[in-house]
Amino acid sequence: MATIKHTLVALVENKPGVLNRVASLFRRRGFNIESITVGQSETPNVSRMTIVVDGTNTSVEQVRKQLDKLIETVKVTDITSDNIVLRELALIKVKATSANRSEIIQVVDIFRANIVDVSTDSLTVEVTGDEDKLNSLLNLLHTFGIKEMCRTGRIAMTRGNINEMGRRMSKQPESPES
Amino acid sequence: MTMKMTGGQILLDGLVKEGVDTIFGILGGAILPLYDTLPQFPQLHHVLVRHEQCAAHAAEGYARATGKVGVCFATSGPGATNLVTGIANAHLDSSPIVAITGQVARRFIGKDAFQEIDITGITLPITKHNYLVRDAASLAKILKEAFYIARTGRPGPVLVDVPKDVFNEQVEYHSPGKIDLTSYKTPLKGHPAQIQKAAALINGAQRPLIIAGRGVIISEASLELKELAERAQIPVVTTLLGLGSFPESHVLSYRWLGMHGMAYANMAVNTADLIIAIGMRFDDRATSEVNTFAPNASIIHIDIDPAEIGKNVRVDVPIVGDAKAVLTPLNKLVQPAQRMGWLQQLDEWRREHPSTDIRDSASVLPQYAIHQTYEATNGEATIVTGVGQNQMWAAQYYLYNRPNSFISSGGLGTMGFGLPASVGVKMGRPDLTVWCIDGDGSFQMTLHELATIVQEKLAIKIAIMNNGYLGMVRQWQELFHGKRYVATPLWGPDYVKLAEAYGIPGVRVRRREEVIPAIQQAMAYDGPFLIDFGIEPEENVYPIVPPGASLSEYLEIPEKEVAWQR
Ligand SMILES: Cc1ncc(C[n+]2csc(CCOP(=O)(O)OP(=O)(O)O)c2C)c(N)n1
Ligand SMILES: [Mg+2]
Repeated sequence: MATIKHTLVALVENKPGVLNRVASLFRRRGFNIESITVGQSETPNVSRMTIVVDGTNTSVEQVRKQLDKLIETVKVTDITSDNIVLRELALIKVKATSANRSEIIQVVDIFRANIVDVSTDSLTVEVTGDEDKLNSLLNLLHTFGIKEMCRTGRIAMTRGNINEMGRRMSKQPESPES
Repeated sequence: MTMKMTGGQILLDGLVKEGVDTIFGILGGAILPLYDTLPQFPQLHHVLVRHEQCAAHAAEGYARATGKVGVCFATSGPGATNLVTGIANAHLDSSPIVAITGQVARRFIGKDAFQEIDITGITLPITKHNYLVRDAASLAKILKEAFYIARTGRPGPVLVDVPKDVFNEQVEYHSPGKIDLTSYKTPLKGHPAQIQKAAALINGAQRPLIIAGRGVIISEASLELKELAERAQIPVVTTLLGLGSFPESHVLSYRWLGMHGMAYANMAVNTADLIIAIGMRFDDRATSEVNTFAPNASIIHIDIDPAEIGKNVRVDVPIVGDAKAVLTPLNKLVQPAQRMGWLQQLDEWRREHPSTDIRDSASVLPQYAIHQTYEATNGEATIVTGVGQNQMWAAQYYLYNRPNSFISSGGLGTMGFGLPASVGVKMGRPDLTVWCIDGDGSFQMTLHELATIVQEKLAIKIAIMNNGYLGMVRQWQELFHGKRYVATPLWGPDYVKLAEAYGIPGVRVRRREEVIPAIQQAMAYDGPFLIDFGIEPEENVYPIVPPGASLSEYLEIPEKEVAWQR
């Protein structure tokens, strides 16, 4: 079966060791996490994780259920096939000389990215968007030389009137799993 | 009213409130303050084992025999790491135990202090949940949660790691109040629409078959299972750990399936047009090659753990719920039926492939020894086993009619489980007749528990199937590795003298006619007793489904067993 990239959203209690439990579960079930982000959610004491993994639909569904079983997870949803907003942020430190500085700034402008730091031989660019946008910008900046880069990994949210907590509330715990 | 209590007092008070009466453990520096508090709680009986692995196994034996949560204690570092195998065993067999470990004092955590080990990290993948306690004030609540998590839903082990200074910390005692685990869901009732679908499938089936697992026992759903089977005349097979969930003497019982299961049970699986799997998880030892499992059947899968549904086999009607809670409404929808043809077919297979023949032999055959134990105990004993051939023979040649009468390490297959688990069973249920049927290799892994047996005066009967081999592995070498017996020949001590050194009487049995008198002697003795059955060294377990084969491709006892010579 073909593997595709899945986006899972996990709402977890904000307790020590939760990230470790989640990451360890993926490792144990043989999944490679492409990215994982954690931060606050709209509910106090509940953190929201966005996890991107490769896998077949059935294998990801299996790991989703295993994740859901962790005592401290409130809800895990695979939102891959939903209508979602995806964002990622990157900081990119580009080599810059007085000769090419303005060329870099032009590229950055086209991508509606920002310059957040300037030094004699570099520019630091902040860019937000989906992965395609980040990848295209990176491609262009590579020609100037990249000194340092960091990406946050994907965060994601379903469009429209759904919230992950609410989704849980409307779902009966004993509903069939198929 | 509030009062000051130490962490140790809060913990032991919590155990008492959870109904604990027995604790298995070994102490050490980090847990010493807790032990120091023990005399203040005379309701709690502490059983000193000889290795922490056995504390966990004993807690599991206790849990399985009583249906309550088993409890074990260990100190930090090596005490805690010694628990690991026992915890893993409870994890894979869904047994509720709570393990309390001492940890180095809080100010030493993370400093590689003496006997500091990250036991919550180590046990992360083998516990249902675990806790590192940060202060005495949270202990009461954590303990209550630990017991709740261990015994509800799909049961499992929970570990609570308590820093030494937390035991001594004095705090105002606050009752933990109600459990507040918002994100812990235990689906109990099955979805009514799914139950209806299942009933429709059952009512329309020609050749339905129930596969009952340990979930039926945990859920105490044996009566409901019997009602379903009898009402709709559905034959029942069990998994290895499901033994006893349905009486094996029942006309509808076709015993158990899997690698060493009955040929006719495996044929039933392959021929059935509907499988009703209840509280079982399609383990590979039960299904063999999963792609050829039950090729003609639709599958109804009833399990309390949603993650088990669809994990190994395709399922047509999944029902997430507790076995009893699902079977009760399901039984109301299932129509009475006659299935003469199907049952006659199964009976015919059973006649043609009985799978539990015992051949004539002047020497001691394990099958004979175990069958005679069955006869002598009227089938009423609780059998606790080692791992290997002894375990399979114990499962094949004793008939299990009562839930929890077969207590064995299934998922992990832990050699050495038998003796310590017997300790737990006998502690929890002194009224039971407990026989530990062990292998010579398995026995040598935890034989130090003879001391515990003596110290606690436990009338456990120990039957060693002494073949001088790590027999099950030797059998694989014989069948699949060109008879190259690498590292399987196994020297052992004189087990009767060994028992004697512990103050336990015993007998050696080397001839067939000595078998019955030895069993009688063991039963007549009021206390622990050991029988060293010197069995045919190269006796094999049949039937066997070779690894990777379909369940129908079992090998049976070769027509003419050669006469063995020693
Ligand atoms: C702790 C542990 N180590 C190794 C094994 C692998 N193993 C499975 S069965 C077996 C042989 C068991 O020998 P014995 O207890 O004498 O039983 P027999 O098969 O001879 O009846 C071994 C080594 C195991 N299951 N558990
Ligand atoms: Mg042996």
